[in-house]
Amino acid sequence: MNDLESRLRGFEPPVAPPVLPDSDVSFTSTDTPVGRLVLAATEAGLVACSYRPEEEVAERLARALSPRVLRSPRRLDPVRRELDAYFAGTLRRFTIGVDLALARPFARQVLQAVAAVPYGDTTSYGQVARGIGRPRAARAVGGALNANPVCVVVPCHRVVASDGSLHGYAGGLPAKRLLLALEQRPAGS
Amino acid sequence: MMLPPFQQLVDDHWRDVARLCAALAAPGEGEDAAQRAWLQALDAYPSLRHARNLRGWLLTIAARAAADTHRRRARRPTPVAALPDVPAGAPAARDDELWTLVRALPERQRVAVALHYVLDLPHAEAARVLGTTPAASRRLVSDALAGLRREVRR
Repeated sequence: MNDLESRLRGFEPPVAPPVLPDSDVSFTSTDTPVGRLVLAATEAGLVACSYRPEEEVAERLARALSPRVLRSPRRLDPVRRELDAYFAGTLRRFTIGVDLALARPFARQVLQAVAAVPYGDTTSYGQVARGIGRPRAARAVGGALNANPVCVVVPCHRVVASDGSLHGYAGGLPAKRLLLALEQRPAGS
Repeated sequence: MMLPPFQQLVDDHWRDVARLCAALAAPGEGEDAAQRAWLQALDAYPSLRHARNLRGWLLTIAARAAADTHRRRARRPTPVAALPDVPAGAPAARDDELWTLVRALPERQRVAVALHYVLDLPHAEAARVLGTTPAASRRLVSDALAGLRREVRR
């Protein structure tokens, strides 16, 4: 009689994972010269480009935006294509839409100002602070940039200390150095 | 209240959902039932009020989706001669003959059997999926086994 139970336990059907449609938030990871980046998109655009581990980013997205967070490399293909071109030195201005939903209002203001710093150029924390009409907020600007949810694409790496030193970066100083050096290369090289 | 990213549910539970649906759905419709279950779960997910027992919540949806395949099949005339229930060359591990008998059991019995033997759930956890007590889950399984033994002996 135990035979019946072991036959029931032995059921091993062929199984396949479900195929789910794009939902509120899609994410994937991609390898780049500055390390592995986690990318996430909402309908409004690229909401995360992060040096943090994938699991941590997914949890933050679930908490802050919607729990319908799904892995979907395909939805992020346009972003990956632009990142590849950027790291190859052939793309100097991202055209993909950016969604700053993960940034607080002050940080959003800072990031919008930083988005206007041209490729190959740098600015200082103090200059950004003055640019948004908060001349004494250089330190808060540093904090906002350090928490930039959309790294590389919103170029917080173009902000350096007023003495020209790199100061800090979410992806580490070697990554910041690499990005700034990349942007110094003549076009197409 | 913090619901985990839906992808985490998929990664953690897709095998259980697929196996439960394969065991309980009409033959050949397990994959379709699992797919429907996931779409329903994705749709309902943000309105969940707590993150306790997410696996139980998913398995309840999956069991219902599997049961729906029998209801749909009952409503439409199936050309039985043209559509054999047992696909030729099916892997022996699926034991189709036995599972055809399981699928003929009363619905709650067959769900209890699948939860207990295919997913290896303890009765306490199976009971939450069935919306009943552990003792009742145990009873459903033993009634099902008794019924199966009668059929197998025939």
